Amino acid sequence: MTILLDVRGLNKSFGGVKATDALDLQVIDGEIHALIGPNGAGKTTLVSQLAGDVASDSGRIAFDDVDITRLRPHERARRGLVRSFQITRLFRSFPVLDNVALAVQAASGGSLSAWRPAHADRALFERAREVLALLNLADKHAHRTDQLSHGEQRALEVGMALASRPRLVLLDEPMAGMGPDESARMEALIAGMRGSSTVLLIEHDVDAVFRLADRVSVLVSGRIIATGAPQAVRSDRAVIEAYLGEDAGAGAV
Amino acid sequence: MAQRAAAALLLAAAMAVPWVLEAMDAGYYLSLASRIVIYGIAATSLNLVLGYGGMVSFGHAAFVGLGSYVTAIMISEGLLHAGAHLLAVVAVTALAALLIGSISLRTRGVYFIMITLAFAQMLFYLANSVKGYGGDEGLNIRARSALGFGLDLKNPLVTYYVGLAVLAAALVALARFVPSRFGRAVLALRDDDVRAEALGFPTYRYKLIVFVVAGILGGIAGALDVNLQGYVSPNVLHWTKSGTLMVMVILGGVATVWGGIIGAAALLLMEEGLSSTTEHPEFWTGWVLLAVVLFARHGLVGIAASVTRKVLRQ
Repeated sequence: MTILLDVRGLNKSFGGVKATDALDLQVIDGEIHALIGPNGAGKTTLVSQLAGDVASDSGRIAFDDVDITRLRPHERARRGLVRSFQITRLFRSFPVLDNVALAVQAASGGSLSAWRPAHADRALFERAREVLALLNLADKHAHRTDQLSHGEQRALEVGMALASRPRLVLLDEPMAGMGPDESARMEALIAGMRGSSTVLLIEHDVDAVFRLADRVSVLVSGRIIATGAPQAVRSDRAVIEAYLGEDAGAGAV
Repeated sequence: MAQRAAAALLLAAAMAVPWVLEAMDAGYYLSLASRIVIYGIAATSLNLVLGYGGMVSFGHAAFVGLGSYVTAIMISEGLLHAGAHLLAVVAVTALAALLIGSISLRTRGVYFIMITLAFAQMLFYLANSVKGYGGDEGLNIRARSALGFGLDLKNPLVTYYVGLAVLAAALVALARFVPSRFGRAVLALRDDDVRAEALGFPTYRYKLIVFVVAGILGGIAGALDVNLQGYVSPNVLHWTKSGTLMVMVILGGVATVWGGIIGAAALLLMEEGLSSTTEHPEFWTGWVLLAVVLFARHGLVGIAASVTRKVLRQ
């Protein structure tokens, strides 16, 4: 059991508000680790700190035993720590397939070649096709991104993050705004990542979280108040009081 | 394939321009043709940063003007070798673009526009105050860049063909760049640089590279321009020059390979045609620009492309 991501004493304040408050978190190599918590608990801020989009005030983030606290986002991505976004971010002037191919290219390095056409690089597009098949988007490979439904855009959003087979994927509410069918497909997609990538999953759908996760951490007011196996967390007194409520604690969810 | 044939045809036509003008007894238009080519290079270089890189630089005249000044100063000091001019222009504009870019690219949106404008204006006032090289009166050069083999840019024909060669090379390079790995990465970060960065693209470095390459190409256009005009003044660094280049790019087609040269040709020909009938050609070109912005997002190149598609379909 090796710890892939080790966060110690992480802080971030916006004005006087502590979004991340002396936070400790360990993600074990190979697990699906879910992060849940009420709105405003600081989940997205934490993801942004881990990915490098938001600079931390203090504390230490170690990834694969290397201190990455001060690294730029692209440097973290190149080390195998890639995030997806809660609000979909796609490359709108590229067709669907090329969005994934760009994700593969970004992780593979060596993008300074300005003479040879990228399409000559078969590996790039083979992997991109594989990912599209996984996302059930193979038949829409030539579509513009704005021709996709909301659910398909969300799938592409997540697909871009996992396209390069990163060691750790941070998924920021992948199921946000999805219908039940789309959610089920996304759940299957995330479950399928077990074994190839470690996953830190932020999700509001508590049912999906308890089905998917090996371990669950509960974030309240910038602090982790509980971490453990789904069943243990579900019956944790503090978690029930702060977030899940009595019904969930009784197992009625 | 058809595009390649069209490009070859256009190049052949451009190469024939001096003969055609001669045959029509309109040789004095050769300097206009050279101006179009040189502005075409400058506008193409701006299109690289603005169109493809998504960096709305409002100070591109800084690099064009620097190229002119470096060349003019070397000539006035008796250094005539074109190779030396090229080397110096590349070095100076690369350094200036590196400096301006590394600071400006830390800002975004309207701040980026303002800070690039501010740098260009600083150079404008600097050129005004350096009395040794003409100050606000500008600098006349008596000689021109010498290419060797007895050729120099005093011969308008040589200037035209050298400009055309530079333009052709720039367009070929741009056409190769767009579908390349680097070109696609640059277009991706134009679409969404947060996402591009999150996936592993070093966005700041890539933007800076594009900014510097565009600055160098702008500088080369400036070096050719001073050879054509025989004169340089602080006006080449004025913000209105940056504005003119921007108008050319928008008119021709933002983020299109041909946008720079088509826009330069359209604007300069319109101004030339209108200058005999009106004292304020800008008033009329303004309307054309307005129409293009409102109705043709990819400028004249976009219009030409959609017309061609319709014709081919029939």
